Amino acid sequence: MLFTLVLFPLFVAAVALLIPWNPWRPWLLPVGGTGHLVLTVLVLTNPGENLNFDWVVLDPLGKLILLCISVLFFFCSFYAAGYLRYWHQRPNRIFTACFSGLLGLLSLVVMSHHLGLLWVAIEGSTLISAPLIYFNRNKLSIEATWKYLLVGSVGIALALLGTFFLAYSAVSGGMAATLSFDELVRGAPALSKTWLRAAFILLLVGYGTKMGLAPMHSWKPDAYGESPGVVGAVFAGGITCAAFLALLRVYQICQAAGEGPFASLLLLILGGLSMAVAGMFLIGQKDLKRMLAYSSVEHMGILALGLGIGKTAFFGTLLHVVNNTLTKGVLFLSAANIQRAFDSKSTDVVRGAFRRLPLSGALFLAGFLAITGSPPFAPFVSEFAILKGALDSGLFFVAGLFLILLLVVFIGMGNTVLKAVQGRFPPGVGDTSYRDGWLSAAPLGCLMVLVLLLGIVIPPPLRQLVDDAVRALEGKS
Amino acid sequence: MNDLLNALLMIILVLNLFTLGSSRLVTLIRVVAVQGILLGILPLLLHGNLTVPVVIAALSAIVLKGSVIPAIMLRALRDAQIKREIEPLIGFLPSILLGSLGTGVALLFFGQLEVGNHHVGSFIIPTSMATIFVGFILLTTRFKAISQVLGYLVLENGIFVFSLLLIEAIPLVVEMGMLLDLFVGIFVISIITNHINRAFSSMDTRKLVSLKE
Repeated sequence: MLFTLVLFPLFVAAVALLIPWNPWRPWLLPVGGTGHLVLTVLVLTNPGENLNFDWVVLDPLGKLILLCISVLFFFCSFYAAGYLRYWHQRPNRIFTACFSGLLGLLSLVVMSHHLGLLWVAIEGSTLISAPLIYFNRNKLSIEATWKYLLVGSVGIALALLGTFFLAYSAVSGGMAATLSFDELVRGAPALSKTWLRAAFILLLVGYGTKMGLAPMHSWKPDAYGESPGVVGAVFAGGITCAAFLALLRVYQICQAAGEGPFASLLLLILGGLSMAVAGMFLIGQKDLKRMLAYSSVEHMGILALGLGIGKTAFFGTLLHVVNNTLTKGVLFLSAANIQRAFDSKSTDVVRGAFRRLPLSGALFLAGFLAITGSPPFAPFVSEFAILKGALDSGLFFVAGLFLILLLVVFIGMGNTVLKAVQGRFPPGVGDTSYRDGWLSAAPLGCLMVLVLLLGIVIPPPLRQLVDDAVRALEGKS
Repeated sequence: MNDLLNALLMIILVLNLFTLGSSRLVTLIRVVAVQGILLGILPLLLHGNLTVPVVIAALSAIVLKGSVIPAIMLRALRDAQIKREIEPLIGFLPSILLGSLGTGVALLFFGQLEVGNHHVGSFIIPTSMATIFVGFILLTTRFKAISQVLGYLVLENGIFVFSLLLIEAIPLVVEMGMLLDLFVGIFVISIITNHINRAFSSMDTRKLVSLKE
């Protein structure tokens, strides 16, 4: 059952590579997305039937991230089908195969309980997602793809070195060398502290590059800016989640080894730095997609900060993973619609999106209000929980900084978003025949409804899932 | 056995300095390939009894790093019709000096470390660190896309040296996965460098500067 979550999307990808009909191929994506969501729900509701292996285990943290990724891909796959139909003259064989393959590899990341396997899956997801950025096939997208591959590969290589350091810390501590997550957690107190600390730094830099934490975020605005919006959505909501999960695993080992405070300090610093850098570049940002990329850097910062704050903020942090994923889906997809209707993503041209695209414009504005933490949307709840966690832990400086940076981001993003949606569009400039259609509007509408509902009430099954994950993170499972 | 191992590690360190000094890209590709082959041989020396998985992993590493990847790189080079690296950010001679300095520091600093399993030579960690350092020099100071990819390969080789300490901990599946990732990575990167060359009529990464704030 577990393996079908990985194999089914890979099978769909293989079919996409084989069938020759360009106009029909995109419809494989909704099939793959729906199938994966059905499988995910089956796996989550029948916990007893899962055969767990040593390396492949679906633990509570994995369940939560798996659900996030599966729901996001479900909606994005319908959108992507519409998107590829709009660009029907372009070949979509590689895009369809890579999109589906990415879902399979991310599912493998979620279930990996072997740090070597985890690394292989994350590196695989980096490579398979590179062609997605290159879909537009122009000079700018080549540059973005090159930077993504080079920065990403070097970051991931450092994560591999960190993984080896972690295994060596066991050797140095007198144990047998191992990369099995469960064995490392069990033997954590014996791990050599020096090697463990070095390993944590390398893994934080490595998987932090994948998440897009500052100062390793340089590839992010380029890659998100030049790729199709639906790719930005699965990057900002899917790949970053998986990379955060990898970081959570390493954090669990550090905590079990009694090095929690060391890890927390580094996470707080990088988290705060990411929020500050994002705030700086959001002010005066004219490019809608680069703005969203910096917003993603900010939210990865929030996740790192929440993890660094510790136990009191775990609930908020894990809930924020879910909320960020759903809201980023809305934002990237609506920004993509706006870009297509105006043939530009710069606020120099994009004005009055409300009038030209009433639905996408409204959803873009609502998504902005949600992601910046305005009530009644879901991110407000999780960001508030993180803030409360900081205050409960007595980290008043962190809490104050958190609030100030949220305000800076709100003002910076607000300026750009309001410019884009309000007013009248200049006549004749950047007009295309594109208008909202079913496939391009319904998926983001549904995501927005989810964001609103989660802000009002967290359904008991989801709360149960988050609670279990929090217990696992505290080391009590 | 230990002497042979240390001798091979020394050769790897010397090859590092060669990569820093050569301006001809073909030579650079060949040197990195030889380094890859030597690295593939190392695990065979470390194992007392050779099992099938060990031999499979070593052979795949040798074939991949010694012939498949160099072939891909040479092809990319031929398509781009370039022969030499342009004058790098740090000149060839200064980068050799920097590399030697880094190697010396690594030998002095990491040579002191207590190595857990005593049957393994103590040169492994310093060699690994020095090779990673050289990889970073290549990655950051060279301008041609191909040289940067070779820098990444040297970096990866350095990490591979470290993995020699952990041979028992890395199962065959994972090791093959790592090699597969390396292969696909180089394959995808070489496609992109080809596109860079066609779109910009050059492999100079200094031309890739349109995207900025």
